[in-house]
Amino acid sequence: MTDRLSTTFAKPHPALVCFVTAGDGDTAANLDALVAGGADVIELGMPFTDPMADGPAIQAANIRSLGGGTTTADVLAIAAAFRARHPEVPLVLMGYANPMVRRGPEWFAVECAKAGVDGVICVDIPPEEDDALGPQLRAAGIAPIRLATPTTDAARLPRVLAGSEGFLYYVSVAGITGQQQAAQASIEEAVARLKRATDLPVAVGFGVRTPEQAEAIAKVADGVVVGSALVELVGEHGADAPEHLRALTAALAEAVHSAR
Amino acid sequence: MDTKPNSFRTQPDERGHFGDYGGRYVAETLMPLVLELEREYRAAQADPAFKAQFDDLLEHYVGRPSPLYFAERLTEALGGAQVWFKRDELNHTGAHKINNCIGQILLAIRMGKTRIIAETGAGQHGVATATVCARFGLPCVIYMGATDVKRQQPNVFRMKLLGAEVIPVTSGRATLKDAMNEGLRDWVANVHDTFYIIGTAAGPHPYPEMVRDFQSVIGKEARQQMQDRIGRLPDLLVAAIGGGSNALGLFHPFLDDADVKMLGVEAAGRGLHGEEHAASLLGGSPGVLHGNKTYLLQDEDGQITEGHSISAGLDYPGIGPEHAWLKDSGRVEYTAVTDDEALEAFQLLCRTEGIIPALEPSHAIAAVQKRAKEMDRDAVILANLCGRGDKDIFTVAEKLGVDI
Repeated sequence: MTDRLSTTFAKPHPALVCFVTAGDGDTAANLDALVAGGADVIELGMPFTDPMADGPAIQAANIRSLGGGTTTADVLAIAAAFRARHPEVPLVLMGYANPMVRRGPEWFAVECAKAGVDGVICVDIPPEEDDALGPQLRAAGIAPIRLATPTTDAARLPRVLAGSEGFLYYVSVAGITGQQQAAQASIEEAVARLKRATDLPVAVGFGVRTPEQAEAIAKVADGVVVGSALVELVGEHGADAPEHLRALTAALAEAVHSAR
Repeated sequence: MDTKPNSFRTQPDERGHFGDYGGRYVAETLMPLVLELEREYRAAQADPAFKAQFDDLLEHYVGRPSPLYFAERLTEALGGAQVWFKRDELNHTGAHKINNCIGQILLAIRMGKTRIIAETGAGQHGVATATVCARFGLPCVIYMGATDVKRQQPNVFRMKLLGAEVIPVTSGRATLKDAMNEGLRDWVANVHDTFYIIGTAAGPHPYPEMVRDFQSVIGKEARQQMQDRIGRLPDLLVAAIGGGSNALGLFHPFLDDADVKMLGVEAAGRGLHGEEHAASLLGGSPGVLHGNKTYLLQDEDGQITEGHSISAGLDYPGIGPEHAWLKDSGRVEYTAVTDDEALEAFQLLCRTEGIIPALEPSHAIAAVQKRAKEMDRDAVILANLCGRGDKDIFTVAEKLGVDI
């Protein structure tokens, strides 16, 4: 399953990773717009009532999605349908532990595999609690994608990397999603530090909103993650979101793909 | 006693797990912080100066030890076991919450943190946090659900008088769990200078253990006081449970006393059969929220549902992980009491003992009412009177249909 991720990150250009929340608007159309715009990896957010690490934009998307009655079965169905339409595009589920482990971690891992999911990012399962989901994901061929942050120091980094698969997601600011962006210099230093420690591709996210920011990051990183800026378009435009998503994604993709 | 292989007092393990529960389910940004907090807490535990300062403040600032009181007229009215109260409602700020806040702010100062944040539901933990921040001259930000801000205006004003900034939380459903989410968001964005004083024995390790330890002063005092007064330990301990810190504070020092039974009382709200209760143990199921694995009110997809109780201090959809473990192990029995039963017990204590209890311990009193009648007259029940009821008079008046 992780072949799609490794193939994507082996391309000669950096990858654009795009996030939207499942069940927020016409998700299938939104995802197709991201792919049409040039997204290399899709992160599909699993809605949760208590998104502790998210800023206002993604909180609101979670509320819209759950308010519309989105279930875990719906999220998996959206993933499976995406896989059928886009056999080559890597798809990663991102969310919080409780909805993922509710029916047992084996159940979730097997359902993800059936739906064609390549990786899972669980915000609140750190390496110390890997038992809660990691072994089951690995057994099902799903990459557990870990987060590294500005607070992950050199002593701790090996622990984060052990058991990480797919790519390493560098959270560039100590904070919540969609807020300020980190200084470029600190991102460059952090990515260099991470790349000395691992062969995994390093994607950088949190606070990336514009093609200019994305291009600067893509000069040093293997991938750039954009979430809140896209989610805000879904919130603002509703059913008309796909054309706006496609336009922003195209601008981001051009900037990221031509960065180096 | 902690060396006994079957001791109930040796939890959690080195990973912060109470059996299957507890742990450190936090975002990576916070993980180095909770590890640092654990190291600092261990160092503080080993430092006699830390304990001396904690004890000194509890005695001279909080007013400890709190009295152990034999409720003679309540006992007569119930016609069964003797009812005794641990009077933690007589503490400075009117509840047990201050015990924990003293401990945590001393730890914050020891760690060189210069800014304090906390979440609050009814406002009691917010008031206690604002109090210790004023006492030590540290800036204080309290997150409180916008719904609770409206319901608990007197406590909001108290916090402001004490110099705290109260931030109404409008995200989610604007109650305690959303305030806790917002506290975690603040912490993750201000990791270098900020200490998060969590108000109950929940959250990521080491909070459940640390809060329990600070609150255990309740049970340690009560154990000694019982020996001094009647020469033996009580037969039954009773305490109300929201997150569960006052109950653990009372229970923990007695856990290896096999003859002492324990009863934790959850809020049954309008009844356990519907959705309008806050009984995570009796009406919920295990899951992961706010940094720990524990019993939660949740739907089949793991979405968190909202608790309800007449007592704003009990309507949290989770519970401390040690209670989850104590429930599964069978060491502590858990029951639940409805809004109406708590309201009746509230009035009973007012009239028989001249004590206006908070609505939280009114749940414990309602459970005592039932149990005392089933026990012999020479049996002894010790209940934790963990808060006074001044804050609740408006809620009670409204429920009783009185216009004040």
